Amino acid sequence: MRDKRMSLDEVVGELRSGMTIGLGGWGSRRKPMAFVRALLRSDVADLTVVTYGGPDLGLLCSAGKVRKAYYGFVSLDSAPFYDPWFAKARTEGAITVREMDEGMVKCGLQAAAARLPFLPIRAGLGSAVLDFWEGELKTVQSPYLTDGKAETLVAMPALNLDAAFVHLDLGDKHGNAAYTGVDPYMDDLYMLSAEKRYLSVDRLVETEELVKAVPTQALVLNRMMVDGVVEAPGGAHFTFAGSYGRDEKFQRHYVEAAKTPESWAEFKARYLDVSEDEYQAAVKAFAEEQK
Amino acid sequence: MTDTTTVTRAEICVVAAAEIFRGAGEIMASPMSTITTIGARLARLTFEPDLLLSDGEALFFAEIPPIGGKAPIEGWIPFSKVFDVVNSGRRHVVMGANQLDKYGNQNLSAFGPLQQPTRQMFGVRGAPGNTINHATSYFVPKHGKRVFVDQVDIVSGIGYDKIDSENPAYRFHHLHRVVSNLGVFDYNGPDHTMRALSLHPGVSADEVAESTSFEIAGLAEAGETRLPTEEELTIIRTVLDPKGFREKEVTA
Repeated sequence: MRDKRMSLDEVVGELRSGMTIGLGGWGSRRKPMAFVRALLRSDVADLTVVTYGGPDLGLLCSAGKVRKAYYGFVSLDSAPFYDPWFAKARTEGAITVREMDEGMVKCGLQAAAARLPFLPIRAGLGSAVLDFWEGELKTVQSPYLTDGKAETLVAMPALNLDAAFVHLDLGDKHGNAAYTGVDPYMDDLYMLSAEKRYLSVDRLVETEELVKAVPTQALVLNRMMVDGVVEAPGGAHFTFAGSYGRDEKFQRHYVEAAKTPESWAEFKARYLDVSEDEYQAAVKAFAEEQK
Repeated sequence: MTDTTTVTRAEICVVAAAEIFRGAGEIMASPMSTITTIGARLARLTFEPDLLLSDGEALFFAEIPPIGGKAPIEGWIPFSKVFDVVNSGRRHVVMGANQLDKYGNQNLSAFGPLQQPTRQMFGVRGAPGNTINHATSYFVPKHGKRVFVDQVDIVSGIGYDKIDSENPAYRFHHLHRVVSNLGVFDYNGPDHTMRALSLHPGVSADEVAESTSFEIAGLAEAGETRLPTEEELTIIRTVLDPKGFREKEVTA
C-alpha cells in the first residue's frame, strides 16, 4: 500500500490558478484550515470554491483568491456569526456567487460522485436561488406524472471538483481516516467528487491503531478516496474538530482584525505570512496573552 | 404554586412557540432560537410527547434537558441525514427572518441587490429546501417594519405567491405560523396573506399595524394569545430555562 504523505506546500504545488476546489467541513467546523493557510501563502489564484462556508471561504476572499463561490451559507457558527471577508467581497461585488440551498450543495456533490450530469431536487424552486445562478441553473421535467401532472424540478448540476480538501482527526499514511466528533459532514462526498483528493489529519497513526481507535463506522474515508495525506496537528484551527473546540477567542480576534487595514496587516503578518508551524506557535502565544 | 400574575411576554412567546407543534406528531422539530427551542421542548414535555428533538448538532435527545444542558440521547442526526429528513417531509422548522413579507417570503441572505448587496448575512441556508418540502414557521423576537416588509430583497424561504399550481413540486409547501413578540399569525388571509390569529396580552391592533409595512388581515378580530398554564410556567421556569435565557430574546 502506497505511502501518500506529503507536505502542505507539496500539495499546493499540485494546484493551478483557475481550479475549482471543494473544502470539507461545515461553517466553522472541521475546516481544512491548514490547507487554506497554505493556499494563502501560494500564488494560486482565480479559484472557484465549493463549500458549506465558514472562515475557509472568508480567508481566501481576504487574499483575493476567489473568483466564484458555490455555497449554501457562510457562517462562523458562533457570535459574531458573519464572516467579515466574505461580507466584504460580496458587498464590493468582488466575487461571482452561486448561492443555493444547503441541500443543493449535497445534491450537486452526489451527482458529481455518481458521475451524473445532474440530480433532481425540489429545493430552489420559487426562491432567489435561480436568480443567483444567472441562467446557469436549469430545471427538468419529470417523465413520470405526479397527480396527473409532470413535475418540474431543479436539475442540480454536478459540482465536479478539480481538487478537494478535508481535515479529519485521525488517519494513516495510505489515506484511511476517521472523524472523532459527532458529524462526518459531507467530507466523503467532497472526496468522491474530485479529481485530486487531499486529506490533512491532526494525528497520523498506523492502520492497526487507527481501526482500533474508533468505531468502524467512523472510518469515513478509505485510501481509494485519497491522493495525498498531510499530518497537520491543529490543522482545523480555529474551527472545531473532534479533539478540540472552536477557538472562540481567536475567531473573535479574526473578525476584529478584519475591521481596519492596519489591524489586518498585523494579523496577516503574525498568522498568515508564516509557516504552519509558526502559525501554531503564534496561536499558542495568543492563547497565553489572553489568560 | 407558580405565580401566573407575573407572566412575561417571553413566556407567552414560549407557549405560542410550543403551540406551533400541536398535532405535529412523530416528526423532527427544528427550532432555531432560544424561545422556540424552549417552546418545542415544552410541547414535547406536555401535549406532543412523540416529537423528535435534536441538540442542534447531531444527536436526538431521549430526555429533555434545560437550555444549554445535556441529556441522554436516542439517536443520531448528522447534517447529511437532516437533508434526507427534509426531503421526506417529516420535519417542522421554525426559522428566523431578517425580512418577511405578507405572502411569507423570507430573507436571511443579504440586504440590497443580489450580486452586490449592501449588507451580507448568512445566505439562503436551508430555507428554499425547508419551505418547499415541509411545514415551516417563523419566529420574530422584535416585530417591526424593518422585518415585516412590503417585499423582501432576496427570497430565501418561499411565500404563497411563489407557488405554481401547475407544478406538483410545490405541493408540500406549508407555512404554518408566524410568532412575534406582538402576536401569532398564519397565512389564511385573502390570497394566502398574513392574518392575525391572536395578539399577546396588552398588545393592541394599532400597535401591530404600526409595526408592519403591509396590511395584516383579521387584526380587529384577533383574540388574545393564551397564557401559560401553571404547569407550563413551572416547566418553563424550573425545568427548561431556570437561568432565564428567554428574557434576553424577548424583552417586551
